[in-house]
Amino acid sequence: MSTSLEGPAKVTKPVETLAGATVRLAGDSGDGMQLAGTQFTNTSALAGNDVATFPDFPAEIRAPRGTRAGVSGFQLHFSSNDIYTPGDTLDCLVAMNPAAFVTNIGDLRKGGTLIVNEDEFVKKNFDLAHIDKNPLDESDLEKRYRVIRVSMNKLTDLAVKEVGLGNKESARCRNFLAMGLLYWLYGRDVEPTLRFIEAKFGNQPTVAEANRLALNAGWNYGETTEAFISSYRVDKAQLSPGTYRNMMGNELLAWGLMAAARLSQKELFLGTYPITPASDILHVLSKFKHFGVYSFQAEDEIAAMASAIGAAFGGFMGVTTSSGPGIALKSEGIGLAIMLELPVLVVNVQRGGPSTGLPTKTEQADLFQAVLGRNGESPMPVVAACSPSDCFDVAIEAWRIATRFMTPVMILSDGYIANGAEPWRIPKFEDLAPIPIKHPDARKDDDPPFMPYQRDELLARPWAIPGTPGLMHRVGGLEKQDVTGNVSYDPDNHQHMTHTRAKKVENVAEVIPPLQVNGPEQGDLLVLSWGGTYGACKTAVELCQRQGLSVAHAHLRWVNPFPKNIEQVLRSYKRVLIPELNMGQLNMFIRSKFLIDTIGLNKIKGRPFDVAEVAEKIQQVIAAK
Amino acid sequence: MSSELPQLTASDFASDQDVRWCPGCGDYSILAQMKKMLPTLGLPRENIVFISGIGCSSRFPYYVNTYGMHSIHGRAPAFATGLKSCRDDLQVWVITGDGDALSIGGNHFMHAIRRNIDIKIVMFNNRIYGLTKGQYSPTSPIHKITKSSPLGSIDRPLNPLSVAIGCEASFVARSIDVNIKHLGDMLHRAAMHKGTAFIEVYQNCNIFNDGAWDYATDRQTKQENTLQLEHGKPLIFGKNRDKGIRLNGTVPEIVELGKGVSEDDLLFHDERAEEPTLAYLLSRFRHPEFPEPIGVFRDVQREIYDQELRRQIEDSRKKRGTGDFDKLFQTGDTWTVGSSA
Repeated sequence: MSTSLEGPAKVTKPVETLAGATVRLAGDSGDGMQLAGTQFTNTSALAGNDVATFPDFPAEIRAPRGTRAGVSGFQLHFSSNDIYTPGDTLDCLVAMNPAAFVTNIGDLRKGGTLIVNEDEFVKKNFDLAHIDKNPLDESDLEKRYRVIRVSMNKLTDLAVKEVGLGNKESARCRNFLAMGLLYWLYGRDVEPTLRFIEAKFGNQPTVAEANRLALNAGWNYGETTEAFISSYRVDKAQLSPGTYRNMMGNELLAWGLMAAARLSQKELFLGTYPITPASDILHVLSKFKHFGVYSFQAEDEIAAMASAIGAAFGGFMGVTTSSGPGIALKSEGIGLAIMLELPVLVVNVQRGGPSTGLPTKTEQADLFQAVLGRNGESPMPVVAACSPSDCFDVAIEAWRIATRFMTPVMILSDGYIANGAEPWRIPKFEDLAPIPIKHPDARKDDDPPFMPYQRDELLARPWAIPGTPGLMHRVGGLEKQDVTGNVSYDPDNHQHMTHTRAKKVENVAEVIPPLQVNGPEQGDLLVLSWGGTYGACKTAVELCQRQGLSVAHAHLRWVNPFPKNIEQVLRSYKRVLIPELNMGQLNMFIRSKFLIDTIGLNKIKGRPFDVAEVAEKIQQVIAAK
Repeated sequence: MSSELPQLTASDFASDQDVRWCPGCGDYSILAQMKKMLPTLGLPRENIVFISGIGCSSRFPYYVNTYGMHSIHGRAPAFATGLKSCRDDLQVWVITGDGDALSIGGNHFMHAIRRNIDIKIVMFNNRIYGLTKGQYSPTSPIHKITKSSPLGSIDRPLNPLSVAIGCEASFVARSIDVNIKHLGDMLHRAAMHKGTAFIEVYQNCNIFNDGAWDYATDRQTKQENTLQLEHGKPLIFGKNRDKGIRLNGTVPEIVELGKGVSEDDLLFHDERAEEPTLAYLLSRFRHPEFPEPIGVFRDVQREIYDQELRRQIEDSRKKRGTGDFDKLFQTGDTWTVGSSA
């Protein structure tokens, strides 16, 4: 860490250079914490930092003000290094009220910066937060943290007074005041946010002006208050060359689906039903009709699935998006798609379960559901995104496999990567590999009859679409006779077809990349992860490697089927650790398939792994040897 | 027009599969009338798709030489919605039964109709579950004794046409399996309608519910117990066409013609009435209090879901041009790292 007097033009105080920082904004769900966090993220990304975010909000839209249940948080980790997680402990916490303070203070590191809106620390709010006295009065608070008490209500009212807003509207600008202060503290440019204000509130000039005034007032407060003696600077990260933008997982999943359609010269039909945390995919896709997106908000999850299959039968790219409870309802339809052998994508943005569970919290507990959750022997390929950026690639990859093998494919995302954001390196569209699809040609009456279940070398059947002369055929959920596709109750045929469907899905392993290892090719421990825990596992393993431990990391993208080399990789290490945000679902698959005595690290709290808890487990397992 | 569409016949629409309904089932007649009607549409076979759910009637697609899908229980309208939304060039039929459409599939039935998606729904109503061997259905009469209601059903039945009209249906008709000419006409009318067409067909299940529609099909009684609807004509029925329906306030009543009542006093059928009140009123006529109307209850034009969906896409393309990914990716705040542009 170095101190210098340089910094943004207006800054007159000393500037310290940091490698990175983790900041959390916490307030009422109506306080605009998500908006403030998103702006802070974009601004940090534009400044060239690597960023990772963790929005954490209640399932209720507006839980009662001032209560613990109503606290909404947005955590941002920005750095001059490559980062893969939103950070474990906080360097800075902004608490807009006592409830936000009590529910978040435990995550602030010793010596971290605590910024509080002291105007909200009053008796009424202590009662709402169920605390009996002012926590800011605790004697050792100042010893543990650098406490900045800001009279945000008064400062905001004063700043926006000139535009003549009412009390309520004025209060809505407090998040911009807090942002302004953070922007000063971390040397952020206010320009991008001023542009955002213009774009968002341009048609409400008074509101736009008030937000501008609040933002600037926050910045100026940082510059003038004696509470801060210096501000920080975080240099640009050394990302690989390219043009970047800040993107969330759900947005990139939607864009990936659109791109996959174009790459296969198809139009995209999205049949879906709103559900947290997947709805944003529907919202994004609904905006892009000029990209040939047919978005259909169905009457329920079942109809959503059915409509996507109907579209696939018609030769379109059929997609449905949901979360665990919705996937449960779609299961019969997925089974039909397996029987019809039609390409359909089913997206599951996982959340805490079972049942309604924790709608806005993350979990990885739908792996069994994805791989096994249907009646009968009903295998389907399953691919899991590992980060917000990866959502784009996963969507394209899933569609490539679905069409190559004529099968539904499940894409697993989760609430953490769906709502999390990071820099996305923008590809050139022409650099993306096309997805070739061939539909069988028309036949004349005297041609040999069309056989809808005749297969190619990887066991895929032809995708014959209505409107093609001479290929009229009937598909359905009843067992098919091999080759002809006619209904068959023959026992040997059923066994044969069951094996064929299983073998077809196994054949996906012929075309997916082998499992890569980050670290030594053999050693004491392999950490095997899948899905959204990638960042925490990668960071923890690298940390332990720097400490001299013999540990490597492998991450599964396709969880069904497994890459062909997986067993060989697993057997190259003395122990295998499988961290998962569930009770050990991948762990059970690996143990039952390979008879390897793997170790689980399981967390079911609706929150992602901290790097520290994975690292600690790695150290423990290696030490126990 | 130089299209060389060969003149097709009913046998061109027969698939190579053996029909496996019970001998004597009303389904045979419906299949026969459909195969006879289809060639009159002048559509190539490959542009027609039959989609069904689960149940005896839902085996129908296997027996027609078009594209077809035997889907899952109750969901056929949803599959059809996805297909028709994408493929305007296809004529999409849904074949369903009273259990499939109104019990497990009630939700999809209702929403397909309200959206007025351009599909044709033919519901075979036999007032029983046949394929599962004889449980009461949502159209079984109250107190009906079946395998699952040995002391009599305590479920009040619903009226399929009333439900359809309540869902804002633009086309609603009723026919009977054994009225082959009338059934053929109704199927043709449905095929020509733009938007969701719903036809209820009284169909006899001679195994589990034989004779359920005898009052409407028996040579002796059918003219007393049914009333054939004709657009613009008064509601007259009876073997001697001597009875009619008159409105007394908002309450319909049966009157005898002559004796001071002339045809002009009767209720006149208007299938094109914008308000569904008349169609709904007619749908409430139940045996034995009233003759049950057969024919077209309602045939009106309104916005069609799949057309509107495609229009929005076309309009967006006209306004914004066909989507350009590179432009999309670069829209908004971006930054560049290193040497590459």
